[in-house]
Amino acid sequence: MSKDHIRELVVLSGKGGTGKTSVTASFALLAKKAVLADCDVDAADLHLLLTPMVEQRHAFMSGHEAVIRQHDCTGCGICMDSCRFDAIRREDISYRIDPVACEGCGVCYRLCPAKAIDFPDRVCGEWMVSGTRCGPMVHAQLGVAAENSGKLVTTVREQAWAVAVDKRIPLIISDGPPGIGCPVIASLSGVSLAVVITEPTVSGLHDLQRLLALARHFSVPTAVCVNKWDINPQQTERIEAAAEAAGAAILGRIRYDRSVTQAQLQQKAVVELEAAAGDDIRVIWKQVTALL
Amino acid sequence: MAASSRNRSYRIAVASGKGGTGKTTVALNLAAMFGEPVQLADCDVEEPNVNLFLRCDQLEATEVTMLVPEVDQQRCNGCGACGELCQFRGIVAIGTRALVFPELCHGCGGCALVCPTGAITERAHPIGTISVGQSGAIRLIEGRLEVGVSLVPPVIRAVRDHLLDEIPAILDAPPGTSCPVVATLRESDYLLLVTDPTPFGLHDLKLAVALARELNLACGVVVNRAGEDLVGLYGYCQSENLPVLLSLPDDRQIAEITSRGDLVARVLPEYGLMFAELAEKLKRELGTTGGTP
Repeated sequence: MSKDHIRELVVLSGKGGTGKTSVTASFALLAKKAVLADCDVDAADLHLLLTPMVEQRHAFMSGHEAVIRQHDCTGCGICMDSCRFDAIRREDISYRIDPVACEGCGVCYRLCPAKAIDFPDRVCGEWMVSGTRCGPMVHAQLGVAAENSGKLVTTVREQAWAVAVDKRIPLIISDGPPGIGCPVIASLSGVSLAVVITEPTVSGLHDLQRLLALARHFSVPTAVCVNKWDINPQQTERIEAAAEAAGAAILGRIRYDRSVTQAQLQQKAVVELEAAAGDDIRVIWKQVTALL
Repeated sequence: MAASSRNRSYRIAVASGKGGTGKTTVALNLAAMFGEPVQLADCDVEEPNVNLFLRCDQLEATEVTMLVPEVDQQRCNGCGACGELCQFRGIVAIGTRALVFPELCHGCGGCALVCPTGAITERAHPIGTISVGQSGAIRLIEGRLEVGVSLVPPVIRAVRDHLLDEIPAILDAPPGTSCPVVATLRESDYLLLVTDPTPFGLHDLKLAVALARELNLACGVVVNRAGEDLVGLYGYCQSENLPVLLSLPDDRQIAEITSRGDLVARVLPEYGLMFAELAEKLKRELGTTGGTP
């Protein structure tokens, strides 16, 4: 299949915990045929609902880290003076690099007059290709305290595209990360549509507006849905008005429903249960397919 | 990170792994019931929400900048040393000239150091804003990433740089476990992990605990929206020796009050008491202002 026939949908939120993953899993079931990508590599949860069987597992190597060979270090301190990330500390007569703080820029490695610094590749996590009851899934786990989550998101998306082309599946559905920083930018650029799940709170509105501004910056079309709308109906109306003013389509509302947690406990998507919230998501999915 | 080794008051970071578990709610209500002057640092610079609740209007703002290279094309001979050093493709030599991509630059300064003709200088590139304000006994420090900027940790470092040593601080962390969270936790003395008893909450709590262990940070747990299914979560906390310092019930009133931008601890006295108790527990754990336990 040519890449031109593939549509890519990403589910985002700005604010965390608004229900991205629960909605994504439901979309995956309703789509019947899609490649799934979990782009929330920092705290990936989609696998908890879709229970994937891992078929391939790959180490995610990205960038480098600087390591001082203690017996070659002359203790001159040039590395510490040149580090902008406060990653190098003096220890007795030599120096030590904090791997968590090291940015991997290579400046110390380059400047060390004794050539006592190594600069090996860094393992930052792993990515997997799996099978699920609603299609193939590409997912990942970033290492603890690791860097380069944006690059891991890019890897997950590239692999999802490869699977879609290979298996002739015309739709990719991504579960995105919270925020507006590097992993969000990596999951948003170039997609066909960003569906934004928000909640009717002051934080939900504020965070939505920043995310919609980011999507505009990257010329990505957006559509908004308010989850748990009945917690604060007035705020829901404010959010929908603000979203429309920002040029986003309005997909509909999902009511507050404890079945969403019940679905998680049963490792199911909400639409697999008899649930009011599931009915709401079905209506929203129709709107999404019309926009795609 | 023993309290006795530092020359300043303690810093408590509030984090979670999973987003939307109630980090900001806990950080705000804890600050409101702290019983003494406290600093509240909004380190969720991608989506800063703390001031939506505090509503300080007299904010003193400072721009956060990062040093990025600038090339004097007259002096550049296109040798490519800068591009070879740069690990982030922030500067590349094309033909006889070097091109800078500020949005990819990490600000390490290496290109200027290795340029043999002295063609590279550095200029300050804006990436965010720090705002400082006061609301009653709470000193607010808010970091705000400029929309479109991808590099988050320098803005968080700038928030930390605005903290005063003599007043205890509560740091509201971003969700996740990667570099923005690590940047928040650096130099913190205690990690308060907020979770909910859902499978997502527990799964992401485990990731956050792994991070705390990696950084050698003492931590305790706040359970939010505690409903009936608590066995798995409490069992995990017990097996990991994690004290559960507060359980907030699954009370729709909390969601409604928070959705309006109000503080539960100030609206409902029973919750005020719960957060005041949490503050006392943390103070006992960490010692009084400026002192050692």
